[in-house]
Amino acid sequence: MSLSSSSSAQVQSLLRLDTRASKRSNTLLEQSVARPRRDKVSLSAFAFIFGEIIRYSQNRVLGIQDLESKLNDLGKRVGVRVFELTMWREKTVHRESRVLQTLVFINTVVWRALFDKQADSLERSTESEDEYMITDNEPAVLKYISVPKEMSSFSPGAFISGIVEAIAECCLCPARVTSHVVPADGLPLRTVILLKFDKEVMEREKRLEAGK
Amino acid sequence: MSATYYFAIVGTNDSPLYEAEFGIQRDENKYLNQFIVHAALDLVDDAQFTNNACFLKTVDRYNDWNVSAYVTPSNIRLMLLFESKADEVVRAFFMECHELYLKTLMNPFYEPNTPIQSLAFDSKVHALAKKHLLL
Repeated sequence: MSLSSSSSAQVQSLLRLDTRASKRSNTLLEQSVARPRRDKVSLSAFAFIFGEIIRYSQNRVLGIQDLESKLNDLGKRVGVRVFELTMWREKTVHRESRVLQTLVFINTVVWRALFDKQADSLERSTESEDEYMITDNEPAVLKYISVPKEMSSFSPGAFISGIVEAIAECCLCPARVTSHVVPADGLPLRTVILLKFDKEVMEREKRLEAGK
Repeated sequence: MSATYYFAIVGTNDSPLYEAEFGIQRDENKYLNQFIVHAALDLVDDAQFTNNACFLKTVDRYNDWNVSAYVTPSNIRLMLLFESKADEVVRAFFMECHELYLKTLMNPFYEPNTPIQSLAFDSKVHALAKKHLLL
């Protein structure tokens, strides 16, 4: 009996702390959403925290697929927020609902908002109709991550692919997004983000095209 | 001339994240409001693919109620049930609510698609309603 009463006293004190904190929570809703003047984060600070994120995830997974999916989940949480914020800061707030426009938007505006440059290319795969590829020749995020040879199939671009997957889902074009490292001459970190759109999306695209 | 409004934020899986009522309430309408908004979600889905704008004006009418919808870029629906109000007024209200939702989303401890329980958000929405809707 004594054990439960002491734990309920702890719960009470925690609840009181909670209400005290919520009196200050107004500040989130009063901050401005406009683009701040200093909107760049130092690459070294980000590389430090990203490396630590990977090490933290590695301790909690069993295998490369799990590690990639954990990074993918983290990217998804970032992707939703980045997308909404970027859309709000555009000149006209609108929505994207078609595949091609979503891809072009990700390529230009989102990449510029995140990495200060446009993605290097957007291609459609010749083998299957529903696969598209976004290429980044030197993703700043991965510049300081080195992958050992025994894990050569692991691509830390899984974080970026999570961001893209969240944006595709927001635009009503859900897709399976994976990232692959495809080195070319002089560009050892060249990463390709592969998007495979769901069947319903492609069918809907065909219907909308035919309806026009 | 009792103007009553019912405002709801509906998530991507059609569950309400936030509900609020403004103006003078008549008790028997509480559950009816939810039904009307839920039924209007279908019409919002139809309009979503042909219209690229965020503000879809009045999507549905039920007796003398109008249902107006605003879809955010990440597919969250803001729905307002009202009797008669100018489009511009409703649009201004929706845009300010969108900004509030955006700020709530920026909180890393807020999981998207979960109910919004912040008291500050609630009081801000009521203040906006007083400013735009109940003049």
